[in-house]
Amino acid sequence: MSSATPSTTLGDYPRSWRRPPLLIRSRTWRYVIFFLALAYLVVGIGSVDVDWTRVADGMERGSRFIKGFLAPDFTTRWRDISQGLMESLTMTFTSTVAGVLISIPIGVGAARNISPGWAYGLCRSIIAVSRSLQEIIVAILLVAFFGFGAFAGFLTLTFATIGFIGKLLADDIEECDPRQIEAIRATGASWLQLVSYAVQPQVMPRMIGLSVYRLDINFRESAVIGIVGAGGIGGTLDTALSRYEYGSAGAILLIIIAIVMLSEYASSQMRGWLK
Amino acid sequence: MSPVETSVPVWRRRTPTAQLAIWALWLGIVALFVWCCEEMTQRTIWSFVWDAPQAAADIASRSWPPRWSYMDQLWSPLWDTLNIATLGTLLGTALAVPLAFLAASNTTPSRLILRPLALFCIVASRSINSLIWALLLVSILGPGLLAGIIAIAFRSIGFVGKLLYEAIEETDLKQVEAITATGASKAQILNFGIWPQVLPAFVGISVFRWDINIRESTILGLVGAGGIGMQLQSSLNMLAWPQVLLIVLLILATVLCSEAISSSIRKATI
Repeated sequence: MSSATPSTTLGDYPRSWRRPPLLIRSRTWRYVIFFLALAYLVVGIGSVDVDWTRVADGMERGSRFIKGFLAPDFTTRWRDISQGLMESLTMTFTSTVAGVLISIPIGVGAARNISPGWAYGLCRSIIAVSRSLQEIIVAILLVAFFGFGAFAGFLTLTFATIGFIGKLLADDIEECDPRQIEAIRATGASWLQLVSYAVQPQVMPRMIGLSVYRLDINFRESAVIGIVGAGGIGGTLDTALSRYEYGSAGAILLIIIAIVMLSEYASSQMRGWLK
Repeated sequence: MSPVETSVPVWRRRTPTAQLAIWALWLGIVALFVWCCEEMTQRTIWSFVWDAPQAAADIASRSWPPRWSYMDQLWSPLWDTLNIATLGTLLGTALAVPLAFLAASNTTPSRLILRPLALFCIVASRSINSLIWALLLVSILGPGLLAGIIAIAFRSIGFVGKLLYEAIEETDLKQVEAITATGASKAQILNFGIWPQVLPAFVGISVFRWDINIRESTILGLVGAGGIGMQLQSSLNMLAWPQVLLIVLLILATVLCSEAISSSIRKATI
């Protein structure tokens, strides 16, 4: 083939190749965005004022913390730790079960293909409220209403679970195979029968997986909402840190990491088994 | 009742043993639930719980209307909050990229030592919430923005690292092989074979994390790590409910804005 086009010599070919830009094609936009980002970085980093003497003081404390983490002290505060852990675990489990139970009707109501318009609007707005308020702020409010302790934490996590499971369940139902729904509807099934014979078998495996995943998230969150007084291991951790007991704090963190790793492994194992 | 009639096989979805096992599982879950409820509410002071409607009504009546004039004092903490989230995301992604390449099984230089180490860093960072990181860092670095930025960065490492290393492991081998066949070095393979494939996922993940970080940075101030949460904490301590309401509304508005921005960026890049 090369002999057929003798007019082009090797020298005419471009000798070098430049990769086309990966993200933004237009050259001007690339420069504009680059300079805006640079300007932001300068202003943003400039607005962070750091008290370096305080940081230097803190380094000694930091090294003590790392020592505490490497040599965790499980025994001194074991009573507090085990109590906090017990609260966290029971709170996690009860709030996941309660949240999933409440979110099933809400999720079904928020699915456009099987619910009337008024139910759709109502359930979608419940989900939106639950998803946009983060756990900590809900926990602060509920602690103010219900007093300190695990009950406020339980309500917080239940509330957060409703938004999470409700939305995913509703989206899942909307993506259901319409042919199966039509087939059941053609037999003259009532709405309840339609949901339990056409929709439920399609979404059930994913729902179980999501509930297990939410259990995992709720445990992680339960370690946090204790900081604002909603019970659980977070409160114990906060106390340990404010007493500068880094050994106990390290032990608590290691327990949290171990449980999260374990539950993550279990939930991925379980989701694989359900597929 | 002839014997013929009773022996007509009835269709069942599961064998009796499987059915029994499923019932036992449900029974176990219910029993565990009841036991956990008992255990959890042991130290609940029920009089507070029964008082809750009154307490809620009382707080609601005291917090309305929101104190709009307080807004003047909120602009600077809001700017701090945005800085914590953005700079923290930048720092976190910058640290997460090399970690992800170390953790991905097809790019890791050493499968025995570096990969488990990188995976452990990712899991440890993921399992500790940014508020807990902030709690630690405030006690080490002192209160302020720096602790917040580092807390956000530490939490982002795990999130971005995990999703990015999964994206790297899913890259198309053929493109990598084509680049290898040209005699490219290891760095060139990464740059021309793998990086262009994971870049859209990387942008999507970072912008998504930025959105989550805006949410999280609004509350980091509760433990002293700067931003609007510090105003929230001081208003709560003073029981200044009109200010609390205003701050919560502002946080809600910020979160909705950042969600809109991040979803439009993600739509544009993917």
